[in-house]
Amino acid sequence: MNFKTFLENNIVYLDGGMGTLLQANGLKPGEHPEHWNISHPEVITEIHKAYYDAGSNVVSTNTFGANSLKFADAELEEIVKAAFENAKAARAQWETENSQTANEESGQQKFIALDIGPTGKLLKPLGDLDFEDAVAVFAKTIKLGVKYGADLIFIETMNDSYETKAALLAAKENSDLPVLVSNAYGEDGKLMTGANAAAMVAMVEGMGADAIGANCSLGPKQLRGVVEELLANASIPVILKPNAGLPKSVNGQTVFDVTPEEFAQEITELIKKGVRVAGGCCGTTPAYIQALYQKSKEIMPVDLSEKNITVVSSYTHAVKFEQEPILIGERINPTGKKRFKQALVEHDIDYILGEGIRQEEKGVHILDVNVGLPDIDEVEMLQTAVCELQAVTDLPLQIDTSDTNAMEVALRRYNGKAMINSVNGKKESMEAVFPLVKKYGGLVVALTLDEGGIPDTTTGRIAIAEKILTTAAEYGIPKKDIIFDTLAMTISSDIHSAKVTLDSLHYIKENLGCHTSLGISNVSFGLPNRDAVNGTFFTMALENGLSAAIMNPFSAEMMKTYYTYKALKGLDENCAQYIEHVAEFASVQVAASGGAQATSPVEKKDMPQISSELQKAVVSGRKEKAAELTQALLVEEEPLNIVQNEIIPALNIVGQGYEEKKVYLPQLLMSAEAAKSAFEKIKEYMAGKGSVEEKNTAEKRQVVIATVHGDIHDIGKNIVKLLLENYGFDVRDLGKDVPADEIVEKVVELHAALVGLSALMTTTVPAMEETIVKLREKAPWCKVVVGGAVLTQEYADKIGADKYAKDAMETVRYAEEIFAGNK
Amino acid sequence: MTITKVYTEPPICEKEILRYAGCKNSAQESLQFSVGDENLENLYRECCKEILPRLSYKVCYIELPLDISENTCDFGCIKVQSKDLVKNLQGCNRAIVFAATIGVEMDRLIAKYSRISPAKALLFQAIGTERIEALCDAFCEDVGCLHPRFSPGYGDAPLEIQRDILRILDASKRIGLSLNDSLLMAPSKSVTAFVGIGSRIERNEKIKCAACDKTDCAYRGV
Repeated sequence: MNFKTFLENNIVYLDGGMGTLLQANGLKPGEHPEHWNISHPEVITEIHKAYYDAGSNVVSTNTFGANSLKFADAELEEIVKAAFENAKAARAQWETENSQTANEESGQQKFIALDIGPTGKLLKPLGDLDFEDAVAVFAKTIKLGVKYGADLIFIETMNDSYETKAALLAAKENSDLPVLVSNAYGEDGKLMTGANAAAMVAMVEGMGADAIGANCSLGPKQLRGVVEELLANASIPVILKPNAGLPKSVNGQTVFDVTPEEFAQEITELIKKGVRVAGGCCGTTPAYIQALYQKSKEIMPVDLSEKNITVVSSYTHAVKFEQEPILIGERINPTGKKRFKQALVEHDIDYILGEGIRQEEKGVHILDVNVGLPDIDEVEMLQTAVCELQAVTDLPLQIDTSDTNAMEVALRRYNGKAMINSVNGKKESMEAVFPLVKKYGGLVVALTLDEGGIPDTTTGRIAIAEKILTTAAEYGIPKKDIIFDTLAMTISSDIHSAKVTLDSLHYIKENLGCHTSLGISNVSFGLPNRDAVNGTFFTMALENGLSAAIMNPFSAEMMKTYYTYKALKGLDENCAQYIEHVAEFASVQVAASGGAQATSPVEKKDMPQISSELQKAVVSGRKEKAAELTQALLVEEEPLNIVQNEIIPALNIVGQGYEEKKVYLPQLLMSAEAAKSAFEKIKEYMAGKGSVEEKNTAEKRQVVIATVHGDIHDIGKNIVKLLLENYGFDVRDLGKDVPADEIVEKVVELHAALVGLSALMTTTVPAMEETIVKLREKAPWCKVVVGGAVLTQEYADKIGADKYAKDAMETVRYAEEIFAGNK
Repeated sequence: MTITKVYTEPPICEKEILRYAGCKNSAQESLQFSVGDENLENLYRECCKEILPRLSYKVCYIELPLDISENTCDFGCIKVQSKDLVKNLQGCNRAIVFAATIGVEMDRLIAKYSRISPAKALLFQAIGTERIEALCDAFCEDVGCLHPRFSPGYGDAPLEIQRDILRILDASKRIGLSLNDSLLMAPSKSVTAFVGIGSRIERNEKIKCAACDKTDCAYRGV
């Protein structure tokens, strides 16, 4: 019988702890347990055999840490080979001793799982292991497991969702074996990097794992909540493989606080609630497994039930499509937004991230990400945008692109189960998109259009929806992972279009049982006061069963509809959310908040008197105020005058105060941020006027900055960037851990006159030196300024820098000198 | 055997945080909010509110026998060549090796605000530094370590021993602590250290800094 069939019909018993038993046999702290497959095969075989005897159906090979980051390829293969020989020897022994009953009695099937533990490194952006490198590391071990005869793959003790995804992807891409996935949850019910059980189910089940569960870190009692959450969300079998309670130190020895009987009791109760795969982790021994097996072997396994949950997830949480309307922020999209287009062309990722964060603050549940523009490399840009966004926000993302290459790259790197925008009824579209949905998991938006265009009747749109569902099923994609968009069209060209959209929506929700989504704002295109139309249309759509809206969260009308709808539908307990947000969409705008204004720190310290309000706002570091005042000034003042007469003088006051030690670093930064928000208003204004003239190369004050290779500290570098930008330099920030060649290449490409390098550690100063050597060779015109905690004038001289700047202000002064000299 | 411990939030020292954030004037006095800037104070409070509930305080450690020779400390499963460590552990015949972390959430917020608000990023950085130091203090107090702790990279102690320390402690599995290729720890707000077990040595801020050779340090307390 193969494992998949066995899993369908039985409770599966896994083994217990390995490390604990190896330590009892003399494994020393820090010694690789995997080496024991080769050096002590008899010990390993004996442990496996003891678990088979105790009742385990599956033993996991002693390969927890067997990966190519820890072992060279040849050694890795030897280890995996020996590990399987040991497990097979144990199984052969067991079969010999039990030849009468083996294979007949279903409860006594014996399997060998390739055990896959974490790499021991953290993935980017938290650590330095690239996602694709992690996939490659797991792939190596998995190929060996397949080669040496694994019956299944057991991915376990993963404390990071991204690494879990890498391992599962590697398993799926390199084998046809069943895959069990188990995570290590903390007492807060989350993985170390933040995911809860519902989020893990969404991602892991979406990618096609055969079972999902929890192991290690805690005892059965503490994992109960996690197990219940898994059972409530998963349609696949749930695994529980806890520790023997919590470890305590008694006379220098680690002792676990749960006995085999208590352990068996706790897990048996959870088997009755639906757990289908059970075993033990740290501190458990064959005695624990035996007690568990004996206590629970007569229980009939609880049938698996299809949960039918429509869900997307991020690396922390799941967003379920239930009664509450879901808001999908539409602002990360260049369509009709000059300022956003400019940001894309200039590779201004921070602007895109800002759009994401501001929408999150407004309360959207999902962010739509569309970065398609004719002149840019969308594959590269979408991957960058997705990776950077998931470093700053934990909202699930909706990958919005018509380029399926870009879609695949983004889905691969996405840390969770993404929403995908979109597929449609065209054969070509379904053939391109459905395989991606199947492989990476996802909730896909299906547009009711096909080769014949957008039907102008309800029946036409419904027919396409039905066709899409049938085709999706052929790919193995369930109905719950399709969400229909019945296409809102502007009523200014066809007065009946909204009705067709809403009727189709209603039918699909009621009769096809699928969730629905709409891009709301299309409906009002070409009309005055679009917000009013959008708000009413949103209400009507919600009443017709709309599950999600792609919308602008900065629209007061839309947010008003959302909160009032929830309150009226009984979805807002005590109308609490409505009351909390009412001020944001109140018809009378709250008057500009005069009155109590925080005093400027600088004024206190006898700095020059400031008369202008904008200058005051910048000096005292009030971002919103500075933006507001700039906006107002732009009505009558030339943008350039505002910069020259207001912002720059204010920055000079603060900069000078900092140099004179009257202003502290965080205060300097607050002022710089306030100045930046003022500049942003000016940029928006100029983009809107279409007056963004391409500066010619001679006018640009191009500066390249980076934290050097091997170093991941970038706070200092970011401070320098902010101040340089404030003073009008065109800064290209290459980020942190940047290889020398990449820096040189960019400097040459932009013909930058100045490059700023940052290093925090003595160990990365050589990388800085290497960069300077290469710069001298390829870009002899370029001046190099260096900074960072470990640097000194002496160091800077030694590695051949042109300038050592002790802080950001000094860098600005130096840059001004350089560019003044260049003129 | 390695033991893992989870602590509740250690007491917060605002003055330390401000010192780490660069709020120190020429008289070397750390800023105090009572005489400071309301905008800055509000920003600081906002940061605390956002980060403190998301931190976790975890330590794993092992107690090892110690054999000291002229310039080597031999802990059985690991040998460290460092005259400075020898000096630090002089007179001890056992030592604790530990790894502590406040988790990845701080790195997440630092990364986020580095992109949108360097002022906040700076404050988070400072809060993180103070928090991990406070955790180490709480741990050393708890296990009764009376010697000052000593980390890889101090004095002549090589950073390379980080690999051994993390392996011995199985720190990746136990507290989620890993190393990158430059031997930096992730999460970044983490500490590994040796602490001698022996008679009490007085510890206070001034001694901590006074024992260090780097007299031009921006954060030096005396």
